[in-house]
Amino acid sequence: MIRLEKRPQPSRLWTIVTPLLAVVLTMVVGGIMFALLGKPPLEAIRTIFWDPLFHPQFAGYSRPQLLVKAGPLILIAIGLSIGFKAGIWNIGAEGQYIMGAVCGAAVGLAFYPSESVLLFPLMVVAGALGGWAWAMIPAVLKTRFGTNEILVSLMLVYVAENILASASAGWLRSPEGMGFPGSRNFKQWPAVFNDELVANTGMHWGVVAAFIAVIGAYALMARHIQGFNIRLTGEAPRAARFSGVSPVRIVFLCLGISGALAGMAGLFEVTGPAGQITIDFNSGYGFTAIIVAFLGRLHPVGILLAGLLMALTYIGGELAQLMLGLPGASIQLFQGMLLFFLLATDVFTNYRIRFAKGELA
Amino acid sequence: MKRRTLLASAAMGLALAAAPAFAQDKPKIGFVYVGPVNDGGWSQHHHESAMKMKEHFGDQIELIEQESVPEGADAERVLTQMALSGADLIFTTSFGYMDPTINVAAKFPDVKFEHATGYKTADNVSAYSARFYEGRAVTGYLAGAMTKSNKIGYIGSFPIPEVIRGINSSFLHAKKANPDVEMSVVWLSTWFDPAKEADATQALLDQGVDVVLAHTDSTAPLSVLEKAGGYGFGQAADMYDYAPEPRLSSIIDDWAPYYIDRVQAIVDGTWESHNVWQGIGDGMVGIGEITGPVPEDVKATAEQMKADIAAGDYHPFTGPINKQDGSAWLAEGEVAEDGVLAGMDFYVEGLTGEIPN
Amino acid sequence: MDPVLLVASIMVSATPILLAAIGEMVVEKAGVLNLGVEGMMITGAVIGFAAAVGTGSPVLGFAAAALGAAVLSLTFGFLTQYLLSNQVATGLGLTLVGLGLSALVGAGFEGVRAPGPGKLWIPGLAEIPVIGPMFFRHDFMVYVSLLLVAGVWAFLKFTRAGLILRAVGEDHESAHALGYKVVRVRMAAIFFGGACAGLGGAYVSLVRVPQWTEGMTAGAGWIALAIVVFASWRPFGVLIGAYLFGGVTVLQLNLQAAGANVPVELLSMSPYLITILVLVVISARGVHGAPGSLGRSFHASA
Repeated sequence: MIRLEKRPQPSRLWTIVTPLLAVVLTMVVGGIMFALLGKPPLEAIRTIFWDPLFHPQFAGYSRPQLLVKAGPLILIAIGLSIGFKAGIWNIGAEGQYIMGAVCGAAVGLAFYPSESVLLFPLMVVAGALGGWAWAMIPAVLKTRFGTNEILVSLMLVYVAENILASASAGWLRSPEGMGFPGSRNFKQWPAVFNDELVANTGMHWGVVAAFIAVIGAYALMARHIQGFNIRLTGEAPRAARFSGVSPVRIVFLCLGISGALAGMAGLFEVTGPAGQITIDFNSGYGFTAIIVAFLGRLHPVGILLAGLLMALTYIGGELAQLMLGLPGASIQLFQGMLLFFLLATDVFTNYRIRFAKGELA
Repeated sequence: MKRRTLLASAAMGLALAAAPAFAQDKPKIGFVYVGPVNDGGWSQHHHESAMKMKEHFGDQIELIEQESVPEGADAERVLTQMALSGADLIFTTSFGYMDPTINVAAKFPDVKFEHATGYKTADNVSAYSARFYEGRAVTGYLAGAMTKSNKIGYIGSFPIPEVIRGINSSFLHAKKANPDVEMSVVWLSTWFDPAKEADATQALLDQGVDVVLAHTDSTAPLSVLEKAGGYGFGQAADMYDYAPEPRLSSIIDDWAPYYIDRVQAIVDGTWESHNVWQGIGDGMVGIGEITGPVPEDVKATAEQMKADIAAGDYHPFTGPINKQDGSAWLAEGEVAEDGVLAGMDFYVEGLTGEIPN
Repeated sequence: MDPVLLVASIMVSATPILLAAIGEMVVEKAGVLNLGVEGMMITGAVIGFAAAVGTGSPVLGFAAAALGAAVLSLTFGFLTQYLLSNQVATGLGLTLVGLGLSALVGAGFEGVRAPGPGKLWIPGLAEIPVIGPMFFRHDFMVYVSLLLVAGVWAFLKFTRAGLILRAVGEDHESAHALGYKVVRVRMAAIFFGGACAGLGGAYVSLVRVPQWTEGMTAGAGWIALAIVVFASWRPFGVLIGAYLFGGVTVLQLNLQAAGANVPVELLSMSPYLITILVLVVISARGVHGAPGSLGRSFHASA
């Protein structure tokens, strides 16, 4: 009889080995899938994992693009991970991301065509506030009425999507857009365009913010008393209460941080890579970030790596489509498999496998 | 050595890559689609036209394609990667790719781009679009002639000029066939959601409509009509599977002649940027075979209309036409200007309801 | 606007989300949050379609859809129950897998016509004026979905197995202490939830649309999740919720077709706002809305 035994401490060795194991397993099973689809498996795997980094023709462009794609995922995931550590399950980051983008863009467009240098910072603040406010709804309902935050934050995603639809087709629609839905394009408005800070590095303000968030989260969780309180609340809620940690405060803190970071990510994305508010600019980053947070084992450095790995599969998947003609759906399935294997192998980090005689449970 | 080039290209980035250092002798033609290539509608049709183009040129050219590319940030990256891979001409086949196309084109002056259904162009970016409203005139006429309840329905996606033109053109010609006809418009805020399209068709039928025109991408409306009764039309594709009933005819997007033409220009080295709007006469808009219980005289009139439009003898927006509020738009014999049609944001007289927003 | 036709349309439009939601409710009652409903539905849609085309029988199509989606859901069950992975992340992964897998399986089925189930007039009842055409002239799956709701209600309320399932969902530690097999109960619930989602997906591809197209469920699985919450985990609440959520769409389309100007976005977000309101009301009353162990992993520390 196989039995799992919880380790007193997560295994350091397995923390490093399991992601590698998962990637190898994905390569094997994914390779079989590609072969079944009639494509060369080794070439497909190489295209996905190797070419975005080292292909002589593409890498110069796709390496910076990894940062562009990973930036918002990391920024959102960092915020989420802090809440997840405290046992606060905000799964509505997608909604906070949308509301941040909409609020920030709305504030900016209200001043169109101002060239003030203060405008972009103002929009960032508005974006963060938009996301924060959207996250405060589940926070208030949870602390005031005990309402489940998983469900409220998820419901608010749909509400945000409808607000986005009405913004892009109505009140934020570009007056010069010939009646097509979509706001003005921020890329054509230099004062607020969130461009690369150094050409061909992919570093825009959102990526910078993501790196700062990684460092900040590390400092908070490892060094700061609030970080300790957050972890204590997650691991031993009763002990936390006895030691004077206010659960209400933790809820507001965690949801506030994750909402504000998601909102900022939305604003950076819409003024940068996406360029404009459109009905589907969001492309599911808020949900993908949940995956990233777990792949990174809720650790800031892990999230950084997980975000980059996720971005790698996206960009590598695009290259595989381009160069080998793989169907888009096979890339989606491949990503799903990678995620499954990463989640599955994580068990070794926290548990020891024991072969026992008979059933003890 | 290899490492050096690698570093160099990383350092010099796009400026270097922009030069088609890796270009092969064969012209490389790229296509980017917003949906999967088997969506049964818009993207599938561009893909099929691309395949016809490929068949035409055979080994003379190389074809690369990318499906399900979201509009926005991802589109820009995909286009850049395609340009980097040595593509000589890239077709971007959705309206939402307009700004990304313009942005990427600015970085790759030697790569040509063709953007579908937009209005922005550049030295190396053409815009091409189809005069679907010409086809809508014919299907609108058939709808007006075939309704027994005097109620026809129109399923719209977004209230953009292209869709509004289609609504107006359909309605005006339905009225030509049947002065008592009324038209209900349902907006879905999506191009593709088979279940919602099916529900909308059912809702129209429930309201007494018996002929449905659709401006969304799937075959769901025809599936519902086949089951529940009523007539419809193929949209984007011929959808001949649903003939003779409920499908009466269809508006076919046929991009192949245009694609062959433009790729030929690349092969010959004569490609120049332009902004074209082609209709039935150029072969970009096709009318599928008229099937079902359409009376001979109606069929003859419809076919004559198609021939007149193709020959340039008849413009579907020929006055007298009033706007919805009763104010005059086109005087007797006056023909709508392309500029007005391109930004059409009003209904013609006789249509009820308001355009959202 | 004809209320008879409206109600009949709503019933058809609500059936896929009703089927998926009643399954998910049982899963959540057992304390498991499976966010992969969309992935299971789309898998059911393609497998049901393929099986119905292959065998010529819509009934076999539905059966295959239920089985296929349930088997897929077992991957989620294995990961979350045996390998103790996080349910939220695994559910999202299941959606990715389902969407990708269905597109690959479905390639080649576009444009194919599948046999749909005929209308089943309930003898006697179908002849009643007004009520008959509203409720008793549907295909068999509509009745199956209603029977499932009643069945789940009776199962949870009157059977011992239902009691155990609820106990496991409410407090898995205590349930375990009482000697119940938490993991096995949850695996069974997940399997049932997958089967229901599969039926719901097949209803979209075999009845409501009816055809196969990639991505055709277009978010119905997410609506099913909302319905479970709206229902505050009660079977008849799920019924009302599904008809409300489906009804708002159908009503909105009918109002447009009748020529009324409707604020589409406001109307489409209203069910979600109502859901939040319901959540607040039940939690403010101090009633535990959600099952106590919802979303938490269970590991029996010996």
